[in-house]
Parts: sequence; C-alpha cells; structure tokens
Amino acid sequence: MAATVVGGTGAAMAAVPFVIALQPSERARAEGGPIEVEIDQIEPGQMIRALWQGKPVWVVRRTPEGLKSLEGHDEALRDPDSAEPNQPPYATNLHRSIKPEYLILIGICTHLGCSPLFMPKGESGEMGAGWQGGFFCPCHGSRFDLAGRVEKGVPAPSNLVVPRHRYLNEARVLVGSDEADAGEADVGAGA
Amino acid sequence: MSGALARFGRWVDDRFPLSQLWNEHVAQYYAPKNFNFWYYFGSLALFVLVIQLITGIWLAMSYKPDAGLAFGSIELIMRDVEWGWLMRYLHSTGASAFFIVVYLHMFRAFLYGSYKKPRELLWIIGMLIYFALMAEAFFGYLLPWGQMSYWGAQVITSLFGAIPVIGEDLALWIRGDYVVSDVTLNRFYSYHVIAVPLVLIGLVWAHIMALHEVGSNNPDGIEIKYQKDAQGRPLDGIPFHPYYTVKDMVGMVVFLILFALVVFFAPELGGWFLEHNNFEPANPIKTPEHIAPLWYLTPYYAILRAIPDKFLGVLAMGVSIFIFFLVPWLDRSPVKSIRYRGPLYRWALAIFAISFVVLGYLGTQSPTEVLTWLARIFSITYFAFFFLMPFYTRWDKDKPVPERVTSK
Repeated sequence: MAATVVGGTGAAMAAVPFVIALQPSERARAEGGPIEVEIDQIEPGQMIRALWQGKPVWVVRRTPEGLKSLEGHDEALRDPDSAEPNQPPYATNLHRSIKPEYLILIGICTHLGCSPLFMPKGESGEMGAGWQGGFFCPCHGSRFDLAGRVEKGVPAPSNLVVPRHRYLNEARVLVGSDEADAGEADVGAGA
Repeated sequence: MSGALARFGRWVDDRFPLSQLWNEHVAQYYAPKNFNFWYYFGSLALFVLVIQLITGIWLAMSYKPDAGLAFGSIELIMRDVEWGWLMRYLHSTGASAFFIVVYLHMFRAFLYGSYKKPRELLWIIGMLIYFALMAEAFFGYLLPWGQMSYWGAQVITSLFGAIPVIGEDLALWIRGDYVVSDVTLNRFYSYHVIAVPLVLIGLVWAHIMALHEVGSNNPDGIEIKYQKDAQGRPLDGIPFHPYYTVKDMVGMVVFLILFALVVFFAPELGGWFLEHNNFEPANPIKTPEHIAPLWYLTPYYAILRAIPDKFLGVLAMGVSIFIFFLVPWLDRSPVKSIRYRGPLYRWALAIFAISFVVLGYLGTQSPTEVLTWLARIFSITYFAFFFLMPFYTRWDKDKPVPERVTSK
C-alpha cells in the first residue's frame, strides 16, 4: 500500500515535465511583445490589419457617421456598456477606444477564434437593409457593431477584445503595451 | 521439405505459442454461419488502417512539419517525389474511406444490437477507436498547412476555450502558442505519426481480443455458443479460416475497385475528400469566407452551430459524441437484432440515420437562418434517439427470437 502511494507519487511527479513541456516556449512568449502600427495613412471608413502574437490586430478609422451609428441600438446588444472586461479601463466607453476616431481590436471572434470580416455600411448588402457597418464572422454567423460589440442571438458570447495600447505620437500606436508599462522594456505576453 | 517445415513449426511452438494463437483467433475461431453484407466492414477497417500506416510512413519521408515549409513539401510530394502523388491520394482517400467503413460498421451494431450484453466492453473499445480516429484525422488535417487546415485547427482548439475557468489556459496549452502556429504544427505532427497511431493499434488489438472472448454477434442476434455439438463446437458456427478469410477477401476486392476509382479519377471528390480552400496556404490574418471540417465530422459541427450560445453549443457537441458510450445501457429491449424488434425501434433508427446524414450535410453549408433552424430540428431528433431509447425500446412490440440462426 505504502509502496503504491510512493510509486504513484513518483509517477505523477515524473509526468510534470511532460505536461509543462507543452506550454508556450520562452521564444513563443518573447515573440508576444508589443508592436508599432502606423495609422496616419488610413482613410476615414477604412481598416488596416497588423499581426501581434500571431493574431490579427485591426485599426479602423471611423467616420463621424460611423461613430453616430454606435448609439440607439443598445437593446440589440448583449453587453452595450462593455461591462465585461474585454477592454482596458481606458477603452471602457461608448466608442471602446482612446480616441473616438480610431478603433483598435483583436480580430478574433470571441466564439471560436475565426477572424470576422469588416463589413462597412453601404458595401455589405447581404447584411440586410438596417446594417450600420461593423463586423461579421463567416464561420458561425456572429455580428458585431462598429465598436466590436456583439449582437444578441449570435453564438459569440462577448464583445471583441480591445488590446492594451497607447499612442506614441499622432501617427504611431503601440499595441500590446500601455501607459502602465511605459518605460519598461519588455511587457511579456500576459495581456 | 514438409517434414523440415513441420519440424521448424514445432521448434517455434516450443518457444512461442504460434499455432496456438493461429488456432484460437483464426483457424478454430468459430463465427456464426449467417454473416451478411454488413459483416465486411470490420475486416475492411483493419485493411484501411494498414493502408494508412504504410502510406503514412512513406509520406513522412518527404513531409516537413514546419510552418514555412509544410505547404511546399506537400507540393513537392505531388510533383517531384516519384509516385508521391499516389502515396498522398491513397492516404487522403484512405482517411475518408476509414470513416465510411467505420460508420457502416457502427450502423451494423445498431441494426443487430451488437453492443448489447455481453458485448458492452467490445462496443466501448470500439467507440474509443472511433475517438482516436477523429483525433488522428484532426491532427493530420493540420499538416498540409492550407487555409482550411489552419482555421479548422483554430476553431477546434478554441472549443476548449469554452470550458469555464480553465478553458483559455487549456486551449493555450494544447496549441503551445497564442494562436495555431509553427509550434502547434510541429506537435500535431508528433501526435499524428506516433502518439495516436500507437493508441489506435493498441485499441484495435483490445477490440479483437474482446470480440474473440465473447464471440461474434450475427444478423439474428442469437448467441451461437448455447447450441453446441458433441465436440463442443457451435452448431451454427464455422471456422473463421478459411470461410470468412475468403469472404473478406471478396469484400476487399470490391472495396479496392471503388477505392481505386476515387484515387485515380476523383481524388478530391469535388471538394468532399480534399477541400478546395486547402489549396491556398495558411494565412493567420484572413479567415476563409466559409469554413467547415471534412464531411466525417460535420454532423457534430452542425450541432455546435445550431445552438446560439458558446458554452452550451460546445457542451451539446460533446454530449452528441459521448452519448454513444451509454447505448448498451440505454437500450432496454430483450431482443438484439432488428429482425425481431418492433416498429418503434425501426422508426427510431431510420430517423436517427436520416438526422445524422442531414446534419452532416448542414455542417458543410454556410449558416443561413433556414439552415440553422433545420439543424436545430435535426439536432433534437438526433438526441431524441438516445434520450428516449430507454422508453421506446421497452414499450416496443418485439417478436419471438428463434433458437437457431436463420439463412436469409
């Protein structure tokens, strides 16, 4: 009996390195550091994509009309006030960003990891007549508005994630790091 | 010459139970004499496993499990490696053939009650094989590193993220990175060529051991071991060899004709065996307009999509697969074979088979509103087959079962 316990404990401890070896390596973690994105070339109403931690990062420059479309449909949204922590505190507002004009999102659906499509108003007839612009996930049909807020009745459980970010100047934004880390060299990938 | 061979045989038998194993599992394994068409698929599954193992070993000689090289190495196999195209098409067609054969093999169990006492463990081991097979197919599907490979793996690994509390960390641990990446590709390669095949071979061995312990069921669902002759041999049994080895060889010839037709004339089978999107290299920034797993997993995928809630959808999908394990205990009928079952079970099985096929089709299509509602209806009939089974199998008007097998 005692031998079984000792042997079992030993076997369990021997399994630890094999389990931990499957975690992200030091290199994978190091490559999760912040990236700089140039935003001054984006036309109003356009979106650009960047890659951070292997994930797509979107920067959308919203028009005043697009910003206006964020109001008046709260009842159709699952989390209109961004109560869930899917964004840093400084983006917990109506437009879910630091500057209302620029929306920065992780381009991965909160359902099962597909990358939704950018569907601007007027160019996306298949989204229906009332479509005010936003994002649509082709995998399982989830719909998001122009602040990445999820509609009710679709599979995605929460709003699209806003990564930690800060503006280096008018033309450049740093994704993966914010004022809290300013001055520190490496912020790791825990964002 | 034959004297020398016999002496050599005895020399081996004194050191290894060769003729004992041969007699126990082949020459003197008594199988019911009334096997029909549905009894080809067990030996065919073993045959396809051998095809997959051999072609897989050859493919691994030229394939590169590296995100930068994988897609190109597949094209190398297709264009530059001598006969490489044949190895790949045999392997990709073999994957789909494996599931066709296994689904027919499982359907046979539902027809003739082959999961019922005393074959519960045989059924459970078989279900574990089916699981391992799905895992093997999923890991293998990432290796070509096409768009469908990449995003399919992204969706399936994200399924684990739906588990409360530990989900996100679990998905990270499975991928070894924040998204599907080179790390994921490399480890899936390891699982696909070593880990899962070892498990599969072990389970197949256990499946055959369990089968030979309890004896084969048959289309009448009668235990042949209760009617024996003076030598203790089942009256309705015939030795597996030569009777069924020869019969199974006929099955293999017919199978190979159909298999070769696909391999040589339609290896993609219009996108059903090799998806069109997968001829485009993986792009982590852009999801294809429409993603779906290969046909053999789409029934479960349709159930997942039918439910507009992340956690409940994943839960329903998990239950839809796991529920198979409980079938030996959900079925309360005293009768095994559908030949002697009443109308309720016949209807239930027909509706289930239709639901499975329709869900499989819906899982390949884009989720429009009408199709999503259809998927919901057929998900309900799918689950009803299992959850209502204890009731309709008990209330059913079963017919009397004869003592001896019949020859229809």
